[in-house]
Amino acid sequence: MPDPILELRDVKTYFPIHRGFFIKRQAGTVKAVDGVTLSVQRGEVLGLVGESGCGKSTLARTIMQLVPTTGGTVVLEGKNLTQGSATEIRRTRRDMQMVFQDPYASLNPRMTVFATLAEPLIVHRVCPRGEVTTRVARLMETVGLAPRFMQKYPHEFSGGQRQRIAIARALALEPKVIIADEPVSALDVSIQAQILNLLAELGRKMNLSLIFIAHDLSVVKHISDRVAVMYLGKIVELGPAVDVIERPRHPYTRALVSAIPTPNPDLERTRQRIVLAGDPPSPISPPAGCAFHPRCLYAREKCRLAIPSLVADSPTREVACVRLAEI
Amino acid sequence: MSLLTVKDLRTYFHTRNGVYRAVDGVDFHLERGETLGIVGESGSGKSVTCYSIMGLVPQPPGRIESGTAMFDGVDLLHCTPREARAIRGKRVSMIFQDPMTSLNPYLRISEQLIEPLLIHEKISKADALQRGREALEAVGINDAARRIHYYPHEFSGGMRQRVMIAMALITKPELLIADEPTTALDVTVQAQILELIKKMQQELGMAVIFITHDLGVVSGLCDRVMVMYAGRIVESADTRTLFYQPKHPYTRALHRSIPSLQAKGRELFTIPGMPPDVSKPIAGCAFAPRCEFAADRCLLTDPPLAEWQPGHRQACLRVQAGEI
Repeated sequence: MPDPILELRDVKTYFPIHRGFFIKRQAGTVKAVDGVTLSVQRGEVLGLVGESGCGKSTLARTIMQLVPTTGGTVVLEGKNLTQGSATEIRRTRRDMQMVFQDPYASLNPRMTVFATLAEPLIVHRVCPRGEVTTRVARLMETVGLAPRFMQKYPHEFSGGQRQRIAIARALALEPKVIIADEPVSALDVSIQAQILNLLAELGRKMNLSLIFIAHDLSVVKHISDRVAVMYLGKIVELGPAVDVIERPRHPYTRALVSAIPTPNPDLERTRQRIVLAGDPPSPISPPAGCAFHPRCLYAREKCRLAIPSLVADSPTREVACVRLAEI
Repeated sequence: MSLLTVKDLRTYFHTRNGVYRAVDGVDFHLERGETLGIVGESGSGKSVTCYSIMGLVPQPPGRIESGTAMFDGVDLLHCTPREARAIRGKRVSMIFQDPMTSLNPYLRISEQLIEPLLIHEKISKADALQRGREALEAVGINDAARRIHYYPHEFSGGMRQRVMIAMALITKPELLIADEPTTALDVTVQAQILELIKKMQQELGMAVIFITHDLGVVSGLCDRVMVMYAGRIVESADTRTLFYQPKHPYTRALHRSIPSLQAKGRELFTIPGMPPDVSKPIAGCAFAPRCEFAADRCLLTDPPLAEWQPGHRQACLRVQAGEI
C-alpha cells in the first residue's frame, strides 16, 4: 500500500541571471529544476541520477527549502512546505536532514565531534542538557565510531570517518527523510562500501526514507529501491532501480548505462557502447522540445517540437520520450 | 628492449611530521605501444610514481631515495637537466586529473597548445599554429581555426580535457602518462575521452600509463594492470588474469567491494579498517592488519613481489606458499 511521506508536485526552481554592474537587469533564467513530480514512500530509498548540472542537487536543496521554490508544492507528511512560514520550516527540518558530498567541507573544523553532534540536540531541545552527552555517545555508536573520540576535531579523522560524523549529525534529530547528496563520491572504493552498507542498514533499522543522489549508477542500483533519472531539470525516467538500469527505456538512460565502464574485461571489449556526442546543453538556453534531442540517437523532427511529459510505460515505470513506442 | 624500465624506485617526503614513504620500492617495465594501468586508493603512491618519472616531485620536501627509470637508454632520475628536457614534454607527455587547474587561465589555448612545439622543434609560429589546429581537430574539437584562440574558461570540462590531450600529443610522444584523466568528468563525457585516448593511441602507436582508482575504466582500456597499496606494487598481471584470477587478498577484496552493475547483493563486502599511515614504519605486509587471511608471519616478514606465473607477479606470502 503506498504510504508517501514526501510528495513533490510540479516543483520548479528558477534562478535569475543578472547582467550589468551598477544597473542590474535580468538577462535570463536558469531553469535548474523544471517541473518535477515525485513521491517518496516511507522507508523507501529513492536514487536520483544525472550528469553534473542536471539539477539534482538543486532539487535536493529545494526539498529542504534551502532555496526558494518558483512553483509547485513540496508536501511532507501532509504539510505544504512551500507555503510555510520560516518558523514552520525550521520545525519541519527536524524531520528532514541532509548529508553532503564533501565531508571535509561540510563539518566545521573548529567544532569537536561532540559540539557538532550536540548542536542540533540543543537547538531543537530534543533532550535535557544533562542527557546530551549520552545521546551523542549513542549516535556515535550507531554510525560505528567509538564515543571516546568525542572531543576530537574533524581533521583528526579520515574521509570515511568524517562522513560517518556527517551521517550521525543528520540522524541526531531522528528525521523521517534523509537526503544524501553524493555521499560516497569523494571516498575510495573500500571506504565507499562501508558507508553504503551503513546507510542501507540505518535506513532499514530506523524505517528512514532516503533520497540518494549520485552520478554513479552502480552505486545507485545497489542501494535504491526506485531510481529517477534527471536531465536538464526534468525527470526523464522513473522506475524500480534494477529494472531501470538493466532495461533502460529512455534513450538518455540507455546511453548513461552504456557509458559506465564495468570491471569485466571480456564484456568491456565486446559490448556495443553508445557514446553520446557533445556535452549536456546549458540550462540557460535549453534546446526547444525535448532537451535531449540534440544528443539523441533516435531524435526526429517531432522531438524538436513537443516537450515530452513523463508518462506511464508500465505499471511501475514512467518515461518522458515522444518516440517511446517506436524505439 | 622495454620502452621504460623502473627499478627499485623510492620517493619519500620529509616533513615536520615524519618521513612519508609515498613510493617504497617499485619495479615495473613498459613495452612500446603497451597500455599499463596503475590502480590504487588515494595515498597508495600511484601518482607519485609517475611524478617521480616525470621529475615533477617537489624537492624538498620530496626526495627520490633510490632507483632508476630507464627510458630508451636514458635514466630519467639521474640524467642531466638538459637530457631530461629533451625527453619530457616531447617523447613523454602527461595529462592530469583536473583540466580546470592544469590550463593557464590567462593564456589563449593557442599559446599553450603550441608551446611544446616551439620548445622542441625548429618550427615557425605560423606552422606551429597550423599543427595546433590539426591537433585540435584530431581530438574532436570542431571549428578549430576559431576556437584555438579561445581562453580555457570558454570550454566545458570535457572540451578542456580534449585540449589537454591535444597539447600532450602534439609532439607525437612515445609515452603518455594519464593521471586520472576522467575522474572529474561525467560518465558520458568519460566515455568520449576514453574512446579518444584509445583512438589516438592506435594512430600514434604510443605507450600509455593510465592511473586510476576505477577498476571499470582499466578493464576496457589496459593490456596490463598493476595494483598498488601503501607505496608498493602488490599485484601485477595482464588485465584478464587480474580480473578473473586475482591472487593477492587486497586485489580480491577490491573486486568484491565494487557495487557491480551485474549483481545486486544485499550487503557489500567491505575491507575493514583503513590504509596504513606510511609515515610510520610498517613491519611485514602493509595489508596484513586488514587482511582476512593474515597469519602471524604476515605481520613479521616483508613479502617480496614474486613471480607467481609468467607475467603474473604478486606479493602475498600465503599465496606464494600455496596456502590460499
